Amino acid sequence: MTLPPTAILALHRVEKCYENGVQALSNFDLTVFGNEFLTLLGPSGCGKSTVLRLIAGLSEPTRGAVAWAGASQVDHRHEIGFVFQEPTLMPWANVADNVWLPLRLRGLSRREASRQIAESLSRVGLEAFAAAYPRELSGGMKMRVSIARALVMRPRLLLMDEPFGALDEITRFRLNDDLLRLKADLGCTVVFVTHSVFESVSLSDRVVVMSPRPGSVIAELKVDAPDRRGEDFRVSSRYGELCRAVSKVLSEAMADKEA
Amino acid sequence: MERPLSTSSGRRFGKRDALRIALPFGLLAAAIAAWELYVRAAGVPAYILPAPSLIARTIVSDWPVLSASLLVTLRTTLLGLVLALVGGVMLAVLFSLSRLVEYSLYPFMVALQVTPVIAIAPLLLIYLPQDTAVLACAWIVAFFPILSNTMLGLQSVDRGLIDLFALYGASPSEGPAARLRSHLRVLWHLRRPAALPAFLAGLRIAVGLSLIGAVVAEMAAGSAGAGSGLAYRIIESQYRLNIPRLFAALILLAITGIVLFGAVAAITHVLLRRWHESALAPTR
Repeated sequence: MTLPPTAILALHRVEKCYENGVQALSNFDLTVFGNEFLTLLGPSGCGKSTVLRLIAGLSEPTRGAVAWAGASQVDHRHEIGFVFQEPTLMPWANVADNVWLPLRLRGLSRREASRQIAESLSRVGLEAFAAAYPRELSGGMKMRVSIARALVMRPRLLLMDEPFGALDEITRFRLNDDLLRLKADLGCTVVFVTHSVFESVSLSDRVVVMSPRPGSVIAELKVDAPDRRGEDFRVSSRYGELCRAVSKVLSEAMADKEA
Repeated sequence: MERPLSTSSGRRFGKRDALRIALPFGLLAAAIAAWELYVRAAGVPAYILPAPSLIARTIVSDWPVLSASLLVTLRTTLLGLVLALVGGVMLAVLFSLSRLVEYSLYPFMVALQVTPVIAIAPLLLIYLPQDTAVLACAWIVAFFPILSNTMLGLQSVDRGLIDLFALYGASPSEGPAARLRSHLRVLWHLRRPAALPAFLAGLRIAVGLSLIGAVVAEMAAGSAGAGSGLAYRIIESQYRLNIPRLFAALILLAITGIVLFGAVAAITHVLLRRWHESALAPTR
């Protein structure tokens, strides 16, 4: 399968049926380009998380293929950082040891990994909490640890599965801003899953709208907005227009599917 | 920056802890005082109900006999517990690695657990040397809580963390040796610490059951005229109507059980105090 020049991976005519008979994806096509912030937007249960699992190699497509740019035999999993809906931290390990996990599984000792751990914690503003345990942290801080863990390997591709869904609005805005800053600093590609129209517009370069299950791509929108977005952008008329546009596409797509 | 919920690494000894210790001790002291007063006031003979002071004197005067019996029972209890611990944990790990082994053996483990040990003890005493039979009884009753709790703990792992291990710990080769290495890595780094709270809860149950198993087996053996554990002393004292010594042996058994339970509770607290809800301050 040939990919466009700037693409890093593509899903081609992917279908995914689970063992219980649920068909999560049907005829799903998606190309992810390097250094973009791509958001998958759709209703709950439409297969957004399944797309991320397929990209990460945690699940295999029933039909179709996930193709990466470059040599096909290379294992790309070490280039991926994954942030789940829940922080999924090890409660028995402190913050630094949680962040160490990906490096530890790659054979790095705690001492060898210390610089990378400190750097990653510093990026998310948690350097003072390296010795704290997850139970001592708030929901937003736990999610920051989860992001620090995903970034510690300096991934080329960051997959984020509704990471801020359970957080309050203020914390969510703050983490949205931090995420954009981190993406700009690290220069990685982000595939972000959400069912929030507002969040998709706040963060993305491109929004891919998915249909209800079995999920397929029904629309794509480019978000023409500055890279550095923050509170000013969220209260601008441009933001309102973009949200209305995305919301309209989503509503039309849902109506078409139901019809 | 969001605020942390708490930065304390554990909790300090406070009023609540003092109350938790003072209340049972106060109640015990009041009950002993009432017992002593009743026996003295009503003139109850010692062969019916000895006074606490007489029981205390008996513990001191019969200490050479009682301490030797205590050591025998303690040795059986601890050895049974250690064997149950090793066997239970090893089998739970084996079950977690292979469903086939679990399906084959688990029903037999359940059968062994639900058959009352008092019914098995006479058979064991026929087929095994007496020391081994007593030890086997302690092992049988202590084994199952460790097995079932450790199994539960090993299986109660966050799916997201398993996915993370699959993602970050993925081996480029997919051969059987690589899969086994991957299983063992998940077992050591993820399932082992995740299973710790459930395992310790099982150990807390097992330590008491091991003592009960040892006592039951000693009683079965004792009636055949052999053995020198505390249970045997209880039966011997009953036959001789030496009720103060019977009470003394009983109290030593109770103290042994409490000390063993307390030791496991202390180990649990040390291992879990930083991270597990069960080791944190109660909220009610």
